[in-house]
Amino acid sequence: MSTSVYEPVIGLETHVQLETKSKMFCACSAAYAGAEPNTHVCPVCLGMPGVLPVINRRAVEFTLLSGLALNCEVPDASKFDRKNYPYPDLLKGYQISQYDLPFTVNGWLTIDVDGGPHRVGIIRAHLEEDTAKLIHKRENGASHTLMDANRSGVPLLEIVSAPDIRSPTAARAYVQKLRLIVQTLGVSTGNMEEGALRCDVNISIRPAGSEPLGVKVEIKNLNSARSVQRALEYEIDRQTRAIEGGQQVIQETRGWDEDRGVTVSQRTKEQAHDYRYFPEPDLPPVFLSPDWIDGLRQQMAELPDARRERYQREFGLSHYDAVQLTSALGVGTFFEQAVALYARPKVTANWIQGELFRVLRERDTDIQELPLTPEHLVELLVLIDDGTISQAIAKQVFDDVATSGRSPRTIVAERGLAQISDATELERMVAEAIAANPQAAADVRAGKAPALGFLTGQVMKATRGKANPAVVNQILKRLLDTA
Amino acid sequence: MAISREEVEHVAFLARLGLTEEETTRLQEQLSTILDYMRTINEVDTSEIPPTAQVIPLRNVMRPDEPRPSLPVEQILANAPDREDNHFRVPPVLD
Ligand SMILES: [Zn+2]
Repeated sequence: MSTSVYEPVIGLETHVQLETKSKMFCACSAAYAGAEPNTHVCPVCLGMPGVLPVINRRAVEFTLLSGLALNCEVPDASKFDRKNYPYPDLLKGYQISQYDLPFTVNGWLTIDVDGGPHRVGIIRAHLEEDTAKLIHKRENGASHTLMDANRSGVPLLEIVSAPDIRSPTAARAYVQKLRLIVQTLGVSTGNMEEGALRCDVNISIRPAGSEPLGVKVEIKNLNSARSVQRALEYEIDRQTRAIEGGQQVIQETRGWDEDRGVTVSQRTKEQAHDYRYFPEPDLPPVFLSPDWIDGLRQQMAELPDARRERYQREFGLSHYDAVQLTSALGVGTFFEQAVALYARPKVTANWIQGELFRVLRERDTDIQELPLTPEHLVELLVLIDDGTISQAIAKQVFDDVATSGRSPRTIVAERGLAQISDATELERMVAEAIAANPQAAADVRAGKAPALGFLTGQVMKATRGKANPAVVNQILKRLLDTA
Repeated sequence: MAISREEVEHVAFLARLGLTEEETTRLQEQLSTILDYMRTINEVDTSEIPPTAQVIPLRNVMRPDEPRPSLPVEQILANAPDREDNHFRVPPVLD
């Protein structure tokens, strides 16, 4: 991939479903997941003629909170507009969205990649409504489509980034950061698999160092941060090959095929969008008073960047460690609860980044799903500190706690994992190891250091890791020197 | 102000209206008359008047985020041209 010659220019449009109880413009329940089709529907969200929408105040507040968290400006007044386009998932024939007066504009967020921190501009974060769900069916060679309006009218926050992103990894980091921010604010689950956060990506490439932008391609249907990165890697490669092969990149919309790992031209009859926006006559404008905005600012949760800075300041953690601990929802809180009981932040941070993150990765889960508590981790660390268990055993115990939720002390007692420091018992085992490996013993006497490690290893193996290696080493040296 | 035949066809396409040749001709004339009338209004000096999207002096009309029961699914599907279980059934959107 000749990424050194070409520079990608990437921007994202992200749609975030807001976790309100009711829909955007009607009182139907917005919690449609798992509901029977068309059971969360009324004349408003079905787009019947003559109905009147009414704005959900909480959805507006969630939008304002998100915009503020993204360092956006809030104008004095905002309004809704109709975006007109015909598609069967859009029951009114238009979507209520925002055109020239969105709730929030001109912000930024920071990402920690490519020698980061980098700032990515946010052009706008506005409020609109989600569409109905279509299910495409094919039977006996004929196709038809089914429509479920439960999702129609669920509040949707659209966040448009500036084309400031320069690599697929940065795009992935942007999505993860955005997700973390909306989760921290509590305005969305941010669950990408369930479609609560969805991304469209714009990408063009240009010769590195040149100003004019290349031809822009839009990739739709990206439902994980990882597929954002993969689709972009594929697309940069495809566009680079096209240009180097003397072909032209066509401005088009492409879909991401997750299984085949390729983007595919959607070959829709491409025509300039003509949405004929006009002000929504059924919704009065929303004036955003300073009091309202200040009140929202005060109720805002501590954001990841502020938390990271505090960890560096309060706990003396490195920038890297602090970024790690604030990069997923719940991890920071877990860390703080542990440190409140155990005054070694660096050790605690290492265990979280090492063992906890390993378990989360292996089990593909979140910290909230584990039965492991901060108290468990602290108990485990104390067992290491007072010499009850070795580091190696502690890692086994950690896995057990993360599965069973039992206390480390109980696990150590029941499974007989306490470290053997009893000199008499260890001396017997060391003697056995020497007798069983006469060649290694001779090597040690001849001053060959690796043989000492080998014999220590034999004793560790015989005790299944429970021997105190330092004590074993001492005994070995003594027995072999005096033999 | 004359509106072109292509413009009428474009607007009709956006509204998914299939017009006959005669209808296109008739609408071309009628739309041109409407635009002429608008031009008269355009002559009024509005430089001192803020754009108006609303004629009713209301603002910040919002409701609390409280869900209420939706309609029974049978009522929702009552006017559906076709259904399959509790879904609306429509012609294929993708081939
Ligand atoms: Zn409804």
